[in-house]
Amino acid sequence: MTYSDIEIWLIIVVLAIGTFLIRFSFLGLIGNRKGPPWVLRHLRYTTVSVLPALITPLVLWPDATGGQPDPARLAAAAMALAVGYLMKSAVGAILAGMGTLYLMLYLTG
Amino acid sequence: MPAASTKSAYWQGLRAGLPFLLVVMPFGMVFGVAATEAGLNLAEVMGFSVLVIAGAAQFTALQLMTENAPTLVVLISALAVNLRMVMYSAALTPYLGDAPIWQRALVAYVNFDQNYALSVQEYEARPERPMPEKIAFYFGATTPLAPVWLLATWLGAVLGMLIPAEYALDFAVPIAFLALVGPALRTLAHMAAALTSVVMALVFAAVPYNLGVLLAAALAMMVGAEIERRMAGRG
Repeated sequence: MTYSDIEIWLIIVVLAIGTFLIRFSFLGLIGNRKGPPWVLRHLRYTTVSVLPALITPLVLWPDATGGQPDPARLAAAAMALAVGYLMKSAVGAILAGMGTLYLMLYLTG
Repeated sequence: MPAASTKSAYWQGLRAGLPFLLVVMPFGMVFGVAATEAGLNLAEVMGFSVLVIAGAAQFTALQLMTENAPTLVVLISALAVNLRMVMYSAALTPYLGDAPIWQRALVAYVNFDQNYALSVQEYEARPERPMPEKIAFYFGATTPLAPVWLLATWLGAVLGMLIPAEYALDFAVPIAFLALVGPALRTLAHMAAALTSVVMALVFAAVPYNLGVLLAAALAMMVGAEIERRMAGRG
């Protein structure tokens, strides 16, 4: 990480203000008026649209292996996603993912 | 006795929120560990959790900072993750919109996915409850979330200074992300959006300044919304 202290705090503070304004939007600023349906329709997909794009390179080309695809990390990611999806459980996904990773790293030495 | 029923609404919310301890604890600790390993000091790690107080966005910012993305890209991506909370704010307003402004500001500040979901469920089940009880329920449900998020982050940051690199915690952040995405794949539209996001991230992998993430996310949102629109039209 090559940010200066000022840049780091700038990120924190702007993110804090922006996040608060997002959360305060209807509660404090807009009130009981309805937003346009097409906007709300897009907002429903923000999480599943941003996070996979961030995850994909991390899973396929992990830094820890010098950017080489790694069977242990691929298996761990697949297990985390499968358990998270099938059991609808975030904790289950973390345990399954990290458990698979440690097991695979142990087996492959 | 309005004071007594407000109190019982608080406890009712707290009991409903208690299971989420099991989610917030590990996520907070992973954030604390990962942020410390990435090179943030304790004040900066806690600054994130106290001021931003939004897990998915904090992880997004942290990941892009690890990749030395431009500040603007870090901010836009992390805020994009939080845009879903516009929906939460809109959904809470019919029930809490008449509360004093300082209470609404506090509601906004500590809004997580979980206390939103629990509260709207409760308000829909019992719309006749007076507004102060609704507020009390919300803050009851918040009690196992917000303070625990801060505590867990702090614990993680302190532990992060002690954990050696061979524990493969480099992969804790992708696992935490996947743990957020898996349960969110509720409908065909959500799955299509996620798949678009993955494919487009690969297509745009060479785009500089991590802008590929934003391009992929924008396209994925459009795909999700369009599929929802078409499926609603058919039904």
